[in-house]
Amino acid sequence: MRPLNWQQKEHESEKMPVLVGKETRTIVQGITGNQGSFHTRLMLEYGTKIVAGVTPGKGGTKVQDVPVYDTVATAKDETNADSSIIFVPAPYAKEAAMEAMDADLNPLVIITEGIPARDEMVIMRYAREHSTVIIGPNSPGVITPGQSKLGIMPGNVFRPGNVGLASRSGTLTYEIAASLTHAGIGQSTCLGIGGDPIVGLSFVDVLKMFREDSGTSSLVLIGEIGGTAEEGAAKYITETRYPKPVVAYVAGKAAPPGKRMGHAGAIITGSEGTADSKIQSLLAAGVRVAEIPSGIPELLQQKVQTVR
Amino acid sequence: MKLFEYEAKNLANNLGIATPKGAVASTAEEARDIHKRLGGAVVVKAQVLVAGRGKAGGIKFATKPEESFDRAKEMIGAFIKGETVRKVLIEQKLPVKRELYISIAEDRMNQCQTVLASKKGGVDIEEVAKTNPQEIVRRHMDPVYGMRGYEARDTALNLGYGGQQLNMISDLLANLYRLSVIYDCELVESNPLVETQDGRFLAADLRMIIDDNSLFRHPEFQERSKEPGAELTPLEAKARENNLAFVELDGDVGIIGNGAGLVMATIDLVKYYGGSPANFCDVGGGAAADRVASALGIIQSSDKVRTIFVNILAGITRCDEVAKGILDVKKVVGLMKPLIVRMVGTNEEEGWRLLESAGIKPFIHMDEAAKLAAKGA
Repeated sequence: MRPLNWQQKEHESEKMPVLVGKETRTIVQGITGNQGSFHTRLMLEYGTKIVAGVTPGKGGTKVQDVPVYDTVATAKDETNADSSIIFVPAPYAKEAAMEAMDADLNPLVIITEGIPARDEMVIMRYAREHSTVIIGPNSPGVITPGQSKLGIMPGNVFRPGNVGLASRSGTLTYEIAASLTHAGIGQSTCLGIGGDPIVGLSFVDVLKMFREDSGTSSLVLIGEIGGTAEEGAAKYITETRYPKPVVAYVAGKAAPPGKRMGHAGAIITGSEGTADSKIQSLLAAGVRVAEIPSGIPELLQQKVQTVR
Repeated sequence: MKLFEYEAKNLANNLGIATPKGAVASTAEEARDIHKRLGGAVVVKAQVLVAGRGKAGGIKFATKPEESFDRAKEMIGAFIKGETVRKVLIEQKLPVKRELYISIAEDRMNQCQTVLASKKGGVDIEEVAKTNPQEIVRRHMDPVYGMRGYEARDTALNLGYGGQQLNMISDLLANLYRLSVIYDCELVESNPLVETQDGRFLAADLRMIIDDNSLFRHPEFQERSKEPGAELTPLEAKARENNLAFVELDGDVGIIGNGAGLVMATIDLVKYYGGSPANFCDVGGGAAADRVASALGIIQSSDKVRTIFVNILAGITRCDEVAKGILDVKKVVGLMKPLIVRMVGTNEEEGWRLLESAGIKPFIHMDEAAKLAAKGA
């Protein structure tokens, strides 16, 4: 039941670095809030083209010199924006996302944490109708090192390179990205797909995108307990004889069943979603799985060598 | 948030969903009185949040009020799968013809609510799905249009019901779906749903799990969600009051970190190096000094904790704020347990300076710090 129009999306992704790049023109929804204004400053400093902000009732003002509009439609008309990053509080996030999709913005990065699952289901259904790529919710965003970031990640831990990285968490992504950078391994694009049970872009979608991207030569997947996203990725890798090396880490080996480990999506329900199931599936698909986060750079170096 | 069976049934009754006649008791005396009022044979059901209580002795039958007294006496205060029983539900025993299964659950893969129904109820549905998948009727609900009447009727038909019973089942499904929508449920599950010998349908058991992220629009649950009890340990309840993501584990190394993934990885790492984590505690992104202080305060108050490992990778969090939080605890109540701090990132220099001036030497590498924490410092 997920008839995503990825055919179109894959072509689009060829035109630009995966998801975001230097030319990306972005709106910040919820720009006048604490998080929104703080991260607008950091994104601008990183080089992201933030062309407008939206906060209902604050139209005509400015944040970090960025013009603020009352609606997404006017912001887009005035600035020719193509994408949006959403910091709007959880109770209003569903409509914020729909408003952005109605204005044809694509992709949407949803940073907001704590959105009810039912609202997320509606967002994703709307996204399928509009062929919109959604990153998140409950995501740290996406970064193309050296070019642009649509997110809240600390830019200084990333370096341009050719490893693609996708993760279900935030700080663990920074931890592993930092260890890659430290080992002299740069990244093409890094993104958090979100810590919630219902998210937009999946690991499989990300694998498809990186497959088409000539700037990405190998991949890192950082999974965690809950759901079947990692098993899905393993199945896709096996079925398509995925052409690029993939290494992985899965968090939550010591997590008890039935308990939510911080992320709404990080919960073992019944027999589904254990770290063991994910690790076994990935291993069976030929993915090398690091036992500890600091093991990733080494696995990647071995992988890169064996492929050459 | 999980609801007790009797809470779920009260909400269901208000929507016209039939359940067996009964009432909840906190004492054996109350259980006896309820049985007297109901008459006939009853079921005494321990009110716990864990599934599978039947096999653990949490469901007993009684034919006389004195038996209900005895069964309630045995159950109240006892443990069922690690959970203390505080209340029992006394219900009329039903003349069962067949036990069915119906649930409406959050379906992560299909990104919708999915209805599962089966005539093989009263047993573990995961088992049925494995051994007799053809016995399960499955329908995905559109998140915008919801359950349409014909979908409910089609489900009833697929279960093998016709005539008046087809309408009864489809009405019941519609009401269960309404229940699920109104209360933002991750799960509404009736197992068993009983078909009586005279052809009626009653939810003999009912479980409801509310989506925690929806609690902001459910003021009716807000107090209930913070109560310590079956679902939360006292420590977890205290942490939740302080808005910390916290899960108690059974080891002795207290864990504090920022970001759910990093904290999970930290726990795994401590275990990898031979230690046993006492908890999961995520202070979140951008945590200020007071959050770190309350996390540290709560964890060091636990008797079973022998060492505390703080693992911070500061992006939007600031190391100086984290250090201030630790120093606040040191100043006000003192550091009661050996503390290992790994701290890197934003404002690292200032954070390190603060900690070092207080005699705490932080680590740069997570592995090194985790090894030491695992050894008990």
